[in-house]
This record gives sequence, structure tokens and C-alpha cells, in this order.
Amino acid sequence: MIHIKDLHKSYKMGKNSLHVLKGINFNVEAGELVAIMGSSGSGKSTLLNILGMLDVADEGSYQLDGVPIVNLNETKAAQYRNKFLGFIFQSFNLINYKSALENVALPLYYQGVGRKERAEKALMYLEQVGLKEWATHLPSELSGGQKQRVAIARAMAAEPKVLLADEPTGALDSKTSYEVMDLIQKINDQGNTILVVTHEPDIAEMCKRVVVLKDGIILEDKKVNQVRAESYVQ
Amino acid sequence: MFSRDTWNEIFETIRKNKLRTFLSGFTVALGILIFIILFGFGNGLKNQFDEFFSDDSTNIIFLYPGKTSKPYKGYKSDRFIEFKNDDLADIEENFSEFLDYVTPRISRGGNVKYKNESNNYSTRGVAPSHMFAERTIIMKGRYINESDIQERAKVVVIGRLVEKDLFKGADPLGAYVDIAGSAFKVVGVFQDEGGDNEERSIYMPYTTRQLIERNNDRVDMMVVAFKPEIGYAGAMAFQKSLVDFLKDKKNIHPRDTNGMFVRNVADQYKQNQQFATMLQIIIAFISIGTLIAGIIGISNIMVFVVKERTKELGIRKALGATPKQVISTILFESIFITTISGFVGLILGIAVLNFTGEALEEYFIKNPYVDLGVSISATIVLIIFGGIAGYVPAKRAANIKPIVALRDE
Repeated sequence: MIHIKDLHKSYKMGKNSLHVLKGINFNVEAGELVAIMGSSGSGKSTLLNILGMLDVADEGSYQLDGVPIVNLNETKAAQYRNKFLGFIFQSFNLINYKSALENVALPLYYQGVGRKERAEKALMYLEQVGLKEWATHLPSELSGGQKQRVAIARAMAAEPKVLLADEPTGALDSKTSYEVMDLIQKINDQGNTILVVTHEPDIAEMCKRVVVLKDGIILEDKKVNQVRAESYVQ
Repeated sequence: MFSRDTWNEIFETIRKNKLRTFLSGFTVALGILIFIILFGFGNGLKNQFDEFFSDDSTNIIFLYPGKTSKPYKGYKSDRFIEFKNDDLADIEENFSEFLDYVTPRISRGGNVKYKNESNNYSTRGVAPSHMFAERTIIMKGRYINESDIQERAKVVVIGRLVEKDLFKGADPLGAYVDIAGSAFKVVGVFQDEGGDNEERSIYMPYTTRQLIERNNDRVDMMVVAFKPEIGYAGAMAFQKSLVDFLKDKKNIHPRDTNGMFVRNVADQYKQNQQFATMLQIIIAFISIGTLIAGIIGISNIMVFVVKERTKELGIRKALGATPKQVISTILFESIFITTISGFVGLILGIAVLNFTGEALEEYFIKNPYVDLGVSISATIVLIIFGGIAGYVPAKRAANIKPIVALRDE
């Protein structure tokens, strides 16, 4: 699904340039649930941004579902993001004046799906995350966990090839974190490919594979025995 | 791009961001409102001004006799000059190609009686064409006519206020009034926009006045009207040759400025027109200033709006909005708001002008109005600048990488 070869990225900081990614080689197959770990400054967020076409690499190749991601202009990048990727952010990034349902329907709007179908699909995904009753509520009326579940429903609504989650539990307490991880695991069970950036070991344990980044290179890449979040929930 | 869905999305954003919508709409509406009111009042001021100075015809030269201050051709100085009936005839004969008409005016005051009512009014002995010089408007009956002049008829045309004072609502036509002991038949009633004083005067044939005054042939003054088509320069040339002619005839030294006096309305009118034009330029400056203030206001708000929405736009981009879609969302929204509120301001402004129109007449603002073309252009200018003001920051926002926009504060 994802093929990355020899990826480099550096940021200019005044006169100095900061080499963040120093040659990353990395493949993800369909249906995987991968945790990307590392301390802050390890380059994990940069890697995720490049994977999400929110940022561009300096060197190296990136293939997503067989499509080479190269020389993208903003318009093309927007279309690819819409078609291939769903984002889940640490700070949820819901649009605060839109209801839960409208937030979930937004990527479908940009796909050009009709109004009625949009509402139906959005409601279906809200139901999957257990928030059907909250469809008309604004984000300000939802708890942190609920907001993140709306964000997950929104990420899934566009039916992307890959879900990218950047510290999805970073702003949540551990109980809510497990509920969110439970949801992510269930979505993965349906065959969706998911990448989770985290620095919490217990969250990483709930994935099927852990990639550890340090100082811009992959330190460790191992399969783990998945801990089901379900057992912590209730 | 113009699908129903796009508009739905825009309306939703507008509806759910009422404060923002209100602020930008308010700025535009206020800008247009003030523009229209100022412009309208300015026009009203000019209207009033025009009216002040256009009560009388503008193609007129007044000639008054004076007292010579220089000896000339054997005549001593300090000689009183008089105009006579044959001066009128000479002017008509010698200047026929420039002349529209010439009329004498013999002004007297005196007590006028009708039944038990009496009052002092000024009476003017005039020729029929005096009606054009004063722009007298006949309300009832007729003005002095040529046969009145020939027959030296004892007829008068009375002002509206004379009618009101003396007749108290009774029909004055055909009635006889007593002027200095003689009975005059009222043949007409007039009004004059020159004001109450004008409407308190009485016109009679100048020949009748001369008959009463021991059958003399003197005229107090002459009102000479030239053909308007000779223009300002032509009028000045005409005035000069007319004065030269009369000075020669009356044996006044060519450089004696006291022998007779001339007042040319065209000259005055031109100065007044220049003043009015100046007034309009000042008004235009103020109005354009208001419009510019409005443009700056809407620009500020648009910059603020886009800044406030940067994160939202980042989210939209992450979800697959193309830069074009981001720009058009902002642009359509701003154009929609400015259009609606611009026309609200337009209608409000016109309504305010209509309501205050009559009330402000004592403050020298008469019939304030704004040309609809001007006000619509002003609104369109504001809409266009609102659009540009929205486009520039929107384009920048659309090109910001989503990660920058989404970075946690």
C-alpha cells in the first residue's frame, strides 16, 4: 500500500538547516495497523505529514497504492488527499460552527457527492462510532472522546485507502484513549490500513506493528502481539 | 462551481457566523448609506443654491440712470440723467439682432385700498415683456398686455399676497382697487419664486403710470434682455456697445462711471455658477472619501475574516478542498454579503433622503436626491473592492500548507 524509499527531509532554520529525516525506507501492506513511535524531534510527525501529502520530501520516492506521489501541485495534492487519505489529529480539528453530521459530511462534499447521499453516509459513519444521537450537536457540545470519534468518522467517510492518525489519543485521558483505540482496532479489523503516530508505549502495544524512529532514521521495526483495547473498556 | 451545493455551503457558513456576517455587511451598508446621504445633501444644497439665484432670468442687463461726475460736450458735471420712452425705442431699433426684449420699470410705493382693507405696496409700471424678466407666474387672469400700454388702461396685476391681504379669499378679478386716489381694475394675480416681497407688489402699464404723473415720458430704469444664444462673451460685448450707445446719446463722458449704472445678471450668474461648481467638487471629495473609508473598512474585515478562518481552511484543505475551492468559498461569501448589504445601504440611504427631503429645506437643503446610476456605481465599486480585499488574503490562505494552518497554537 505504502512504499517509501530513501526519504530525506530537512528544514531551513535561518542559516542552519535541520536534517529531520535521514533516509527512511518503509513499506506498509494493506490492512496493517502500524504505530510510529519516537520521542519529540525524532521526525515521526514530519514522516506522517509527508505520507499525508501535507508536506513534501526533499529526496526519495513515495508510492501510495501504486501511484507515485511526486511533483504535486496544491490542487492535485488536495484531490489525492481526498481520494486516498483520512486524517485524525491530536486536536481533532473539527470545524466548530458545523454540527457533527456536517463535519463528517465535509470530505464527501469535496468529493462531489450529492447532498442527500452525503447526509445518509455521514449518519452511517456516525452510527459506527456510536454517535448517531449526537449528529446535530456542535463540537463545543461534545466531550474530547466524542470529538475524536467524530473526527474518526469524518476520516472514514471519504473511504480512504489509508487512515493517518497523528497522536489521536494525545489530548485524551487513558480511559477515553482506550475507547478511541478500541474504535481504531475495530476499523482495522474491517480491513482498513491505519498508521498511528504516538509516543505512548501502551497505545503502540495496541497496534500490530511498531516502527521506532530516532534522529531521523528507523531504529526498530517489529511486529507485536496486539493488545486488544476492548479489555480495558467498560 | 456555481452549483446549488456550493451556494448551500456558502449560505450555511454565512448563517452560522452571524457576527462576522453582520460586521462585514454593516461596514458596507454604512459606507453606502453615508455616501448616499452626503451626496444627496450636497445635491440638495446645490439645488437650493441654484434656486436662490435663478428666480430672475439670467439674460438680463439692468440700466439705472445716475448723476454725471465729469463735464462733457459743454455740459456741466453733476447733471441728473433720465431715461425716456424714446430710449426704449432707440434700443429696440439699434440692437434688434442681439435683443430679446426691453422693458421699463417705474417703481412707486403707495397706499392701496379695497373696501375696508388697505396697505402699502410697491407698484411697478412695466411693459408686457417684464413678465419674462421677473419670471412672473400668472395664477389667475392675465398679465399687462400691449393694448393696455397703448390705451394707458387703468389695470393692475396684483401679487398673491396682495390678493390674500386685501381680498381675503374673494375673487379679485374684475374688482377695482384704489391706488393713490385712482381706481384700477384687477386683471390678474401672479406669484413669484423670488419671495414674499415680490408677491407684495403690483404691476400696471408704465404708460398709465406716466399719465398719472402729469403725462411725462420718464422711465426709472430699463431692463434689457439679450438673446441667450449670444453667450457670455456676446452678452459682455452687447453690454459694452449698449452702454456706449446710451452714453453717447445722453452726452455722458465715456469714462464717467456715475452717469449711469449697469447690472448684468449674466455676470453674476456666472460667478454663482462657479461657486456652485466649487460646492459640488467639495461634495464629491467628501463622498469619495467616505467611499474610500468604506473600502478600507471592508478590506480590514476581510483580512481579519481570513485570518480567523486560517485553521478552518487548513482543515478543509486536509479533507480535500483544492485551493480554487478555498478561494471561491471566501470570495463568493464576501461578494454575496457585500452585494446584499450594499443594496440594503442603498435603499436605506434613498429612503432617508426621501423622508428628510422636505424637512431640511430651512437648512438650505432642498430636494436632496442621488442619481440612481451614481449610487449603484458606488455600490458596485464597494463590492468589487470587497472582492479584491477578500481575494488577496484568501489566495494566501489557500496556498498555506495545511500543516502550517493546522499547527496547534
